Amino acid sequence: MSVRVRSELQRVTLTVNGAAHELEVEPRWLLSDVLRHQLGLTGTHVGCEHGVCGCCTVLADGRPARSCLMFALQAEGLEIQTVEGLASADGTLHPLQEAFRRHHGLQCGFCTPGFLIAALPFYRTAEGMSDQELREALAGQLCRCTGYAGILQAVRAASRIEGERSQA
Amino acid sequence: MKPAPFAYHRPGSREEVDQLLAQLGSEAKILAGGQSLIPILNMRLAAFGHLVDLNHLAGEPAEPAVAGDELVVGPLVRQAAALESALVAERAPVVSQALRHVAHPAIRSRGTVVGSVLHGDPAAELPAAVALLAGSVRARSRRGTRPIPAARLWTGALENTLAEDEWVDELRLPVRQPDDGFAFEEFARRSGDYAICGVAARVRAADGELKAAVAYLGMGGLGQVHALQPMAAEEIDGPGLRSALTEAVAELDPGDDLHASARYRRWLALELGLSCVRRAAERALK
Ligand SMILES: Cc1cc2nc3c(=O)[nH]c(=O)nc-3n(C[C@H](O)[C@H](O)[C@H](O)COP(=O)(O)OP(=O)(O)OC[C@H]3O[C@@H](n4cnc5c(N)ncnc54)[C@H](O)[C@@H]3O)c2cc1C
Ligand code: FES
Ligand code: FES
Repeated sequence: MSVRVRSELQRVTLTVNGAAHELEVEPRWLLSDVLRHQLGLTGTHVGCEHGVCGCCTVLADGRPARSCLMFALQAEGLEIQTVEGLASADGTLHPLQEAFRRHHGLQCGFCTPGFLIAALPFYRTAEGMSDQELREALAGQLCRCTGYAGILQAVRAASRIEGERSQA
Repeated sequence: MKPAPFAYHRPGSREEVDQLLAQLGSEAKILAGGQSLIPILNMRLAAFGHLVDLNHLAGEPAEPAVAGDELVVGPLVRQAAALESALVAERAPVVSQALRHVAHPAIRSRGTVVGSVLHGDPAAELPAAVALLAGSVRARSRRGTRPIPAARLWTGALENTLAEDEWVDELRLPVRQPDDGFAFEEFARRSGDYAICGVAARVRAADGELKAAVAYLGMGGLGQVHALQPMAAEEIDGPGLRSALTEAVAELDPGDDLHASARYRRWLALELGLSCVRRAAERALK
């Protein structure tokens, strides 16, 4: 049977970084594209669109997920968090961002939003993780520039930076 | 790339899924975790007129449960939930062992156990574990339900024996017996990649003998289990195991591809098999 074409817009409410957005989307639109093109949240990067590079990783209900492997319609009812939700409103970097900056966790920065989001759920326990554990936890994120050493150091350092701040 | 247009359906109950599949026929495709299907749609390797999204089914269990002497896994149990489940680690340890090699946290958080089993990639970990355990799925449609044992679930790469109007609402795995030991080993180019070669092994200690069975992944087939001749515990470390596994590997038909030659894959299958069965035997004898 021939495949029928459906491209009608459908209403959806997406919750991103705590704010609700009413949108109209085609069912085939990927969450990554809707974040970028409808909501202007271009911090979520798109590298491969088949789940391999990790640049598009967001948190869905606190868990990392590929936004290129989810239709925007499917994100309804989930709390989506993107890299834009990390820094404070006054521009103060999140401790994890600050750690990437201090430890050379980025060069071109294309992969960085994905790494930050992937590390967000566990960075507070990263100091106690072995190299092997930490590498495995981040193995789903690819970086073409850094060689990863700075990224691992940064993720390990983030909770210390957070600690310094809370004492200050 | 972007997927071709489709109509999106969001059933709220298992019965509604039955209804939709009966109505839409070959134009419909089940969408579970989407971690295999959406890449295929994005790359336009396939297109479907209708996607039936299971993610909003009401009252579906988020975690596996034990019923009698079986572990029951519903269609929305995520790979992450199964990997974190103490119940799975205790009752079906080879599933936990296999899951550690499946993709990455950001894939496992959406990908389902049942979806991976039905997707039927010959290099995937879970189908091998399910075959080793002689598990089964429950296929359902408006016409009723029927069990499909692992041995008859796959007809080839990415092909299963579900009818057009059928889908799966349950995976059932026999739980481990007290004298069972399990192990899983694989070789992949990078952590989280599909295996170039992998082995799942069970060793059952009974009457002073060890009965071993292995299932391979990345070696061409799906669903085959190789039962080795019962052995004395000493033979596990001697030439007996090597010759039994050499015979098992001879039955495999891996292909050459970009990542590895068939010859290299056979060598991996033998060496990984040896260490995997030995490790399972240690656990069975403990
Ligand atoms: C980057 C990346 C790396 C990966 N690495 C691995 C790996 O190392 N090992 C591995 O095994 N997998 C790997 N995967 C695949 C992943 O495990 C998928 O989650 C899994 O193969 C499919 O499960 P799903 O729930 O996402 O199914 P979907 O993608 O939603 O569906 C897959 C297929 O199964 C069918 N299906 C799903 N559920 C049902 C049901 N209940 N009834 C009937 N049909 C159903 C769908 O119609 C479709 O044909 C990887 C994926 C990505 C993107
Ligand atoms: S763009 Fe989503 S993983 Fe590469
Ligand atoms: S910093 Fe350039 S890809 Fe990672």
